[in-house]
Amino acid sequence: MSGPAAGAPARDPGLQPERTRLAWRRTTLSTTVVAVLAAKAALAGGGTVAGVVACAVCCACWLVFLRIAHRRIRDLAAAVAPGAPVPGYAGGAVLCTVVMAVCGAALVWQG
Amino acid sequence: MSGFVRTLRLWFAPEEVRREGATPDYRFSLANERTFLAWLRTALALIGGGFAVDQFLPDLRWGWRVGLALALLAAGALCALRAVNHWVRCERAMRRGEDLPESRFPALLSVVVAVVALVMVVVVLVGWEG
Repeated sequence: MSGPAAGAPARDPGLQPERTRLAWRRTTLSTTVVAVLAAKAALAGGGTVAGVVACAVCCACWLVFLRIAHRRIRDLAAAVAPGAPVPGYAGGAVLCTVVMAVCGAALVWQG
Repeated sequence: MSGFVRTLRLWFAPEEVRREGATPDYRFSLANERTFLAWLRTALALIGGGFAVDQFLPDLRWGWRVGLALALLAAGALCALRAVNHWVRCERAMRRGEDLPESRFPALLSVVVAVVALVMVVVVLVGWEG
């Protein structure tokens, strides 16, 4: 394995930060799919107040997740040897997911 | 109970995980993060499956449809919570130089998914679609 050229910043040959960035991207895409399905469920439910509120909360969760992923990706790009994510990111991402599931349960129940 | 609260705080508190042990090779931390994200995608897929059952099987009887959708949504939420818990435990074990925590959750999830799939096959074959 040849080392990096002199003067160039050391680059992980396993492309770990890039793989992690793409994993965040994939996860964001999954969140988008769930948000779209939630919107479809709310529309199919006939636009009741509860349905619209649950859908709005899902969309807000999607936006928060987008922001968390964006900040994490920015941190990954900024550091040469990025460390573990601040656990707040992981906790926030999971919180968004769980709130989406709860909104989904509300939508399914009233639809 | 105090152990549970402590773990719960670790999910959100940035500095507490880093307080103990030595920082591992950053690549291990990133691999742990990717595993966490893969579990989170599994959770999102289960939640999406719950929505899909509700939306795309309108001929199913109400009880079956809502029951199956709620079960999938609950499994998704559980999977997400387990993802962050496992991530914190792995990160802590790596910092302390211990063995990674073992878990029965993958086997449990496999069995649940297999049972749900079999139930769906039976429901469609027997024709309980109302």
